[in-house]
Amino acid sequence: MTTAFSPQQNQAKPGTPPAALVVDHATKRFVVADKRRPVVAIDDVSMRLERGEIYGILGSNGSGKSTLIRLICGLLTLDSGRVEIFGHDLVREELAVKRLINRVSVDAAFFKKLSPFENLSFAARLYGLEAGSARVAALKILGRLGISERRADRPIEQMSRGMQQKVAIARALLTSPSLLLLDEPTTGLDPRSKLDVQTFIEELRTDHDATIVLTTHDLAEADRLCDRISILNDGRKVVEATPTGLKLLVAERHDQPATLEAAFMTYTGRSLDDDHEPTEDANEPD
Amino acid sequence: MTVLSREMKTSYAFIERNFYLTRRYWGWELAFLVYSVAGALSISLIGAQAGDSRLLLSLMIGAIFWNYLSVVFSWIAETIAVERWEGTLEYTMMAPIRRATQLLGSTAYAIVYGLVHTAVILVVLILFFPQLDLARANPVTAVAFVLLGSFSFVGIGMIAAILPLLYVERGAQMTFVLQSCLLLVSGVYYSISILPPWMQVLSHISPATYVLDGVRRGLIDGVPITNLFGDVWPLLVMGVTLIPLGIWAFGRAERYAKRTGKLKRVG
Ligand SMILES: Nc1ncnc2c1ncn2[C@@H]1O[C@H](COP(=O)(O)OP(=O)(O)O)[C@@H](O)[C@H]1O
Ligand SMILES: [Mg+2]
Repeated sequence: MTTAFSPQQNQAKPGTPPAALVVDHATKRFVVADKRRPVVAIDDVSMRLERGEIYGILGSNGSGKSTLIRLICGLLTLDSGRVEIFGHDLVREELAVKRLINRVSVDAAFFKKLSPFENLSFAARLYGLEAGSARVAALKILGRLGISERRADRPIEQMSRGMQQKVAIARALLTSPSLLLLDEPTTGLDPRSKLDVQTFIEELRTDHDATIVLTTHDLAEADRLCDRISILNDGRKVVEATPTGLKLLVAERHDQPATLEAAFMTYTGRSLDDDHEPTEDANEPD
Repeated sequence: MTVLSREMKTSYAFIERNFYLTRRYWGWELAFLVYSVAGALSISLIGAQAGDSRLLLSLMIGAIFWNYLSVVFSWIAETIAVERWEGTLEYTMMAPIRRATQLLGSTAYAIVYGLVHTAVILVVLILFFPQLDLARANPVTAVAFVLLGSFSFVGIGMIAAILPLLYVERGAQMTFVLQSCLLLVSGVYYSISILPPWMQVLSHISPATYVLDGVRRGLIDGVPITNLFGDVWPLLVMGVTLIPLGIWAFGRAERYAKRTGKLKRVG
């Protein structure tokens, strides 16, 4: 079991392969016009993922999960801190890092009038893949997710949300990412689609050698899929442990039932979290 | 060389995607084409009604060549706006491509689309006005100005494209207003000398002014391009400066958007 609150070991030992992902004291603030103080969306967060891991990030809405994911894939720049992916620095080796990662967000973002194939072809070309072989690979992934070739040529807007989300996953997989960032990939899906996607995520680790960061509001999903889980609250990482470790922790230290739900409530509840101030009041230099 | 050919290949992603979009929205494309043809025709008819063949030709040239420039401008300027509208912007920005490559792809499609679109209008107008006397026309001059003008319009398009990066809500609208201002000051249907002096200042910084003047002198008076240096050098200067400026500004705007969270906020 990984001990909670373990100090970050961000420096790779010589000879060991680089970590899949190192986030080192990342901080991100947003200046929101109608507020005087910037919102600290990510506050001094560090984490280290080994290759092949599925790492879950839990937290209430607005706790910073999506911001952290965007920082990792370079869609937002860090105010301070550092991100390294398989030994490549995100800022200095931007193109190299971009080739290694892909992301699926909660809203499957596509050209809605175009078909899955047209959308996937665009994505494939952006990553320098041949359109022909990309089509074959896309068919395979879509087939695995239960989408037939016939469906793949009709406008994507005619598909259900569950289907669209599967196509979004196919788009990400097409580029064979070493690090896959899944931001609430199952939110809003019906139970069957959800199960399909979860099973597929499990397969990814075993068959595709992918390292996965997964944010979710589904605690059973986190329990089932994740090797380790961290909980964000107001942009801070408040705990990090294996699912089992987290349950034990909340039972032993907080006298709560040994469930992930209890852990979530404990670590995100303001009343129980008295050593953390709400972010807006953080004394940031202006 | 391998880097260059790889980037060319990647830029094809944007050409193909834009082609798919055109194909999928063909109904709108057709409607837009009909509207453009009707607009060009009705303006040219003002010249026909006046019984002035010089005016007719001058209006036709304005309608046709402005159509080309504005179509090229819009396709490039809407590179970002379209993706923001569809919600795909983050995915494109995440891809391992250079911004110059992305702009190259958008530009290539814009020019091909602009040429096809404008050719249709040209053919319709020529069929509609068989009385046109083009015996004195110098087509080389016209083609040369279209080429030269494309460079500066590509540059302006790139600069306009960053507005939706900087202003989430209003960027696309600003791009549209910019295009309208270019139409007003560039002497598309009249001589810029009738504009108030302050507007003429703007006329002189619009590349369309020089393109239209050059094309008119070439097609109406048969002047060879070698005698039109006054229209050539501003276009050369603008083309050479605006494209690198556009690419540079695009990169800056991207960094600004990533720092302030303007790419996308929700989801
Ligand atoms: N682009 C942005 N501009 C301004 N504020 C943002 C932006 N993205 C996120 N935020 C703010 O940062 C905080 C964290 O948001 P987010 O990362 O989306 O949370 P989560 O994904 O956990 O729901 C929220 O207060 C949110 O309003
Ligand atoms: Mg989120």
